[in-house]
Amino acid sequence: MRSAIQFASAALALATLTLNAVPVAIAAETADPVADARAFQKYFTEKFPKVKLKDFVNGPYSMNEDMHRQWEEKEQFPPYDFSLDAGKEMFSKPFKNGKSYADCFPNQGIGIRQNYPYFDEKEGKVITLELALNRCREANGEAPLSYMKDEMAALTAYMAFTSRGKPFDIKIPNDARALEAYQNGKRYFYTRRGQLNFSCASCHVQNPGERIRAEVLAPALGILNAMPIYRSEWGGMGTISRRFTSCNSQTRGVPLEPQADEYRDLEYYLSYVSNGLPISGPGARP
Amino acid sequence: MSMIGKANALKSLSIVLLIAASTSALAASSEADFKTAYAAAEAANKQAGSLRNQWTTTTAALAAAKKAAEAGDFDQAVASSKEAEALAKASIVQATSEKEAWKAIEIR
Repeated sequence: MRSAIQFASAALALATLTLNAVPVAIAAETADPVADARAFQKYFTEKFPKVKLKDFVNGPYSMNEDMHRQWEEKEQFPPYDFSLDAGKEMFSKPFKNGKSYADCFPNQGIGIRQNYPYFDEKEGKVITLELALNRCREANGEAPLSYMKDEMAALTAYMAFTSRGKPFDIKIPNDARALEAYQNGKRYFYTRRGQLNFSCASCHVQNPGERIRAEVLAPALGILNAMPIYRSEWGGMGTISRRFTSCNSQTRGVPLEPQADEYRDLEYYLSYVSNGLPISGPGARP
Repeated sequence: MSMIGKANALKSLSIVLLIAASTSALAASSEADFKTAYAAAEAANKQAGSLRNQWTTTTAALAAAKKAAEAGDFDQAVASSKEAEALAKASIVQATSEKEAWKAIEIR
């Protein structure tokens, strides 16, 4: 029976693909990040005229009044508090060599979340905060952390907390490789994948505010500003890496390895189009 | 043809079909059949991997094929391998078509 369903799904997916393959006035691929960000923010503010621009960082809570009230109550005793405390402690504890995370970051790592990810012109790649934290550890003789949750989520929670209210300020330097990384991230965001044939945009552009089973889908605008998040569904904290990989597996796609180039570029694109919206992490989500 | 003649002809056809069906049911798959089917599925899934677009259901079908083969159930092993190959090929079609199709839903 299961096999029959899967065969049917595969056939359905193929049929959908065939339909999708019909040309729908596809414009030439252009790279104009400024125009993209403007159009992106306009799309969401027009779709949800009652939601203030900065409130999009509150994800599904900005879409639904009842949920917003619940969230305000939840914020009295936020579920990410334990992680935040742990992150603060970890951040200030020196490594075995006497150095600390503060030595690896500008401004001692305080109030800088809004500048990540950035494009490193020396390396020619996007550097995310999670990646920078593990590189800091390795440079100081410490083992890297799992990118998915627990300690990495605690550290990024603390760094986000010290940056709350600061607007995302992602820069694309005048470097063809940076623009290419941005374009790759955009392509990843809109590309359908997995047996369910969903792209990130299928949920977070075309259907924010709608339900998928019991969940209210978050808008893509501002979706990374609240990271990392405590998710009731996960029963704990999760990083951006966890969010990306779990989105892939939910659509029945095999996730890439955390911090794969594609995910780094995706984070670059999604953060850039949310420029100007405040950091609100750590967040809590259903 | 008379009514009796028609009935006899139908009976004969039914018998032929029954024999054909039972013969095909008896034609069990061999380990070699499994190996061929599994290799084809693995090759397709490897191609999907090079396009960074494998499906979890392909992985599951490949695992089911291997498990069935280990248990000596080569009919199931071949069926699961073919299912895996079909899924892997669908994921390749998806990745290929999306190289251009993604632009259709871009916010502009």
